[in-house]
Amino acid sequence: MWKYLLPVIAFVGLLVLFAIGLNPKRDLHYLPSPLIGKPAPEFTLTDVLDPNRTVSNRSLAGHVYVFNVWATWCEACREEQHTLLEIAQQHVVPILGLDWNDDRARAQEWLRELGDPYSGVGFDQNGRVAINWGVYGAPETYLVDRKGRIVFKHIAPMTMQVWNREFLPRIEAARRGGA
Amino acid sequence: MRAARPLAAAIAGAALAALLLGTPIARATGGYVDGELANPALQARYEHITHRLRCLVCQNETVADSDAELAAELRAEVRQMLLAGKTDAQIYRFMKDRYGEFVLYDPPVDAKTVFIWGAPFAFLLIGGIVVYRIVRARSKMPLDEEPDTGPTP
Repeated sequence: MWKYLLPVIAFVGLLVLFAIGLNPKRDLHYLPSPLIGKPAPEFTLTDVLDPNRTVSNRSLAGHVYVFNVWATWCEACREEQHTLLEIAQQHVVPILGLDWNDDRARAQEWLRELGDPYSGVGFDQNGRVAINWGVYGAPETYLVDRKGRIVFKHIAPMTMQVWNREFLPRIEAARRGGA
Repeated sequence: MRAARPLAAAIAGAALAALLLGTPIARATGGYVDGELANPALQARYEHITHRLRCLVCQNETVADSDAELAAELRAEVRQMLLAGKTDAQIYRFMKDRYGEFVLYDPPVDAKTVFIWGAPFAFLLIGGIVVYRIVRARSKMPLDEEPDTGPTP
């Protein structure tokens, strides 16, 4: 009995394995962030628009905010910019930006040309802040709750669907939750 | 004509190299340093650690081998932590806390990875049992005839 059953079980096992492994919809680059539920790393950087001013997430302590990592070398960031502008116009939460491994002049031109949805953009020239946030590809968008914990991370350009489906309900929950 | 050819080729080659390398070089000089650490013991640990970290941009390369900018920054981070006197465990921990277990090429044995670590031994065991049973079954089979030695001249 087992002699005939075992190969069948092994075959079904392989089928399941292949169905998962070869699924074309599976995103090989998606990695769950170990930082979900952990305190958002604090940072203070120079303002991309003005090197004499600083941008820090400390000033947002106690507030729910969105943290968006972008760069001018990142084509997908260009794609999501209009979505970020639309989100900024909703005035739901501030969007804190991080300009990652970029050229300051180019970044300033980008914001002039495409519009500036950010409450402030930190200029992360050597990627130290990005490393602390576990950034490995732009664009990445994080949601931080009132207690300063990272609640959610979206890796890919932001869209209104993602915003409405993933972010807004969590923002609501974060507002109701932590006092 | 004969002399001009290698010269033209050299110029074309140099232009191509400049084109291919121009951007990374311009970026590599941005904010971090790459090069040997003065202390050979630290350099050895640096090599060891960076070969055991996965570059998250090109996921099949180590941080040591990758040309990605993030890899260069992670190398700089490792270098600084070594110079600051951090232990290997602290450095691996730093990476794991930020990028998850995926960043480690040698993930520790725990509930999630025990299957990966155990699978080769499990398969070896299964294979061993199968071979043992086949051999035992065959050794019990009667020999049907004398071995044929072929026609004798």
